Amino acid sequence: MTDGPAETVEHVSGSGIPVRGNDIDTDQIIPARFMKVVTFDGLGQFSFFDQRFDDDDNEKDHPMNEDRFRDASVMVVNANFGCGSSREHAPQALVRWGIDAIVGESFAEIFAGNCLALGVPTVTADAETVETIQDWVDDNPDGDVDVDVAAETVTYGDTTVDVTVDDAQRKALVEGVWDTTALMKANAEAVAETAASLPYVDTA
Amino acid sequence: MSKGTLYDKVWDRHTVTELPTGQTQLFVGLHLIHEVTSPQAFGMLEERDMAVAYPELTHATVDHIVPTADQSRPYADDAAERMMAELEENVHDAGIEFSDPTSGNQGIVHVIGPEQGLTQPGKTIVCGDSHTSTHGAFGALAFGIGTSQIRDVLATGTIAMEKKDVRKIEVTGELPDGVGAKDVILEIIRRLGTDGGVGYVYEYAGEAIENLDMEGRMSICNMSIEGGARAGYVNPDETTFEWLRDTEYFQNNPETFDELLPYWESVASDDDAEYDDVVTIDGSELEPVVTWGTTPGQGVGVTEPIPAPEDLPADKADTARRAQEHMRVEPGETMDGYPIDVAFLGSCTNARLPDLRRAARVVEGREVHPDVRAMVVPGSQRVARAAEAEGLREVFEAAGFDWRNAGCSMCLGMNEDQLEGDEACASSSNRNFVGRQGSKDGRTVLMNPRMVAAAAVEGEVTDVREVENTEVVVDD
Ligand code: SF4
Repeated sequence: MTDGPAETVEHVSGSGIPVRGNDIDTDQIIPARFMKVVTFDGLGQFSFFDQRFDDDDNEKDHPMNEDRFRDASVMVVNANFGCGSSREHAPQALVRWGIDAIVGESFAEIFAGNCLALGVPTVTADAETVETIQDWVDDNPDGDVDVDVAAETVTYGDTTVDVTVDDAQRKALVEGVWDTTALMKANAEAVAETAASLPYVDTA
Repeated sequence: MSKGTLYDKVWDRHTVTELPTGQTQLFVGLHLIHEVTSPQAFGMLEERDMAVAYPELTHATVDHIVPTADQSRPYADDAAERMMAELEENVHDAGIEFSDPTSGNQGIVHVIGPEQGLTQPGKTIVCGDSHTSTHGAFGALAFGIGTSQIRDVLATGTIAMEKKDVRKIEVTGELPDGVGAKDVILEIIRRLGTDGGVGYVYEYAGEAIENLDMEGRMSICNMSIEGGARAGYVNPDETTFEWLRDTEYFQNNPETFDELLPYWESVASDDDAEYDDVVTIDGSELEPVVTWGTTPGQGVGVTEPIPAPEDLPADKADTARRAQEHMRVEPGETMDGYPIDVAFLGSCTNARLPDLRRAARVVEGREVHPDVRAMVVPGSQRVARAAEAEGLREVFEAAGFDWRNAGCSMCLGMNEDQLEGDEACASSSNRNFVGRQGSKDGRTVLMNPRMVAAAAVEGEVTDVREVENTEVVVDD
C-alpha cells in the first residue's frame, strides 16, 4: 500500500464460491489460535480452518477444500456474515486465500468496514437472490460472477440482478478513496481544532 | 433520523468534517490498544513513515494472550512472548502509556479503561476489539474497529464513520430477585436477534437500567455487539458520576472532576429526544437466561423449554438444528440440569468486583462439584486485589475454584486456558460460538455469574433462585 489516492474498485470479476449458513462468525472464519501473529501474512491457509479440517488435519466437507472452487474470487454467503469479533484477521485471511468480493444477504458492520479498508466490496441482496446465485455457482464453478460496484449489479451467466452497495462504500471504492488514512491525515489542522474544542482534551 | 440523543450530541461535538465518501471524520478521544490487533497497524504506520498523532490519548494493555498462571518472562508460549515484546516496543517508541502486568493496573481492556477513570461520559472511545461497546455504560460513544482503522486512529487521531440510527431499548419495572444485567441483555438479543441491531446504536433506558450499578450497565453495553449494534450506551446520571468520583484518578484530581461534570451532564439525551425506533421490555417478567445454542441469540429462560427448530422463523431453523446437535440438547427440555465440566467466571462481561461478590455468595460454604474444574479469572489486577482484600479469593479457593491472574483467558482460549474435547462450560463470558473457548467440540453455555457459581457447585446448569432460596441472601 502506498500513500495518495488508492486504486479504484469498480468491478470484481471471477469465479464464485458458495459458503452457506447464517451467522457465520469471525471465530469460524479465522480461529483465535491463528491470531498469535504480528503480521497478516500467511493467514490465507487458515481461513475456515476448523470447518475445513478435523483434529487429525484431514479435510472435511467444505467448499474451500473443493478443487473446483480453488480459484474463486467472489464468495457468496448468507445472513449476518462476519458477526462476532472485530478481528481484521478474518477478511485478511479471506483476501489472502483469494477472495476479492463478497455477495451476501447481510454483513456484520465491523466486518464490512474491515473489508472496505482492504478494498473488498460486500454487496447485499435478498435471501432468495443470494441462494439462487449460490446454486448457480455450485452448478457453474468455472463461470464468472461479475460484481459491478458502481452499477450495483451482479451478473452470473446470462442473468443480471440488482444488489445493494452501501453508499459510502460505493463512493469509496468507485472513487478510490477507501484508503482513509491519507484522506484524513490531510485534515490535521481541523482535527487539532476539534480536539481543542473538547473540554476533556488537554491541549495546553 | 434521531435528534437530541446522546449519540447525536457526542457525534456532533467530535465531527471534524465530512469526507468525500459521505462518511464523517470523527475525532477519537480515547484509543485503547492491546497486543492482538495493534501490531499490524503499527507496522502499516512504519511502512508509511508516519508517527502516532495523539499518544497522550492512547492507552495500552495486554489481555488476550497473557498467561493467567505463570507470568514470568519470557512467556512459555513463544508466540505470546513475541506479541508481548512487539507491543512493548511499539508503545515505548510512541510514548504510549501501558498498563503492563508489572504496573498493577493490567487487565482486560474494557475493565481497565473505566477503573482508571479513562472512560468518561461524552468521549469517543475506540479499540480494536468489538466489545469496546462496554464503555458506553458511562455515556461514551464507544466502537470496536478493525486494524486498518487502528492505523487511521494512530496516524490521524480520527476515524471515518457513517452515522447510524438510534434505537431506544426501554427496560421497565424492577428486575426480580436473582435476575441480573446479563439476563437483561441475553433477553434483548434473544428477542431482537443477533443481527437486529445492524444499522443501529442502542440506547438502554428505563427503570431497570437506571437502577443497575455501573458494572451491570457495562455487562449490558458489552454485549450490544452480540445483538448486531455497533455501540450501546446508557445516559450518564448520578450513579455514573459517583462511580467516577470514586476512581483513584478523580480522587487525585477532584478539580478535573468538577471541570468536566457540566460537560458530562450536557451530553445526556434530552427529554424530548427523537429516536428512530423504540423497543420496550418488561423487566419485571424476566428470569435468568441461559443459552442453549451456539450464538448468543439462542437463549432461553432457565425454566423454559428449548425451542424446536421448526417452530423458529425459517431463516433461524437451520442454524438452530446444527446448534442443538453440537450442544446435544433436545427441544422441549429445559437447560436446567444440563451437565457441565467447566465453570468459567471471567471476561469483560462479568469479571468485575460486584460480579465476583455475587458469585462468591453462592459459593460460600459449598464445594465445587467433583466432576467440574472451576476457575475465577478477575477482569483486572485491581479487581483481583480488591477481591483478595475482602476475602473473596479465600471463599472461591476454599470451594475448590482455581484463582488466576487477570486476562481474557478462557473467553477465547488464546492462552493456555482452554476447553478440551467436548467439555461443556458454564461461562460468564459473551460468546458461545463453536470453537470460541479453544476446542472446536467444546460447548459453551452463557449465563450470569451467579448462575455460573451455582452450576460449578451442582455440576449442572441450575436455577440460581433455587439455590439462593436455601441459604444465600439476594441483594440485587
Ligand atoms: S474478555 Fe473475551 S470478549 Fe472481552 S476482550 Fe477479552 S477476548 Fe474479547
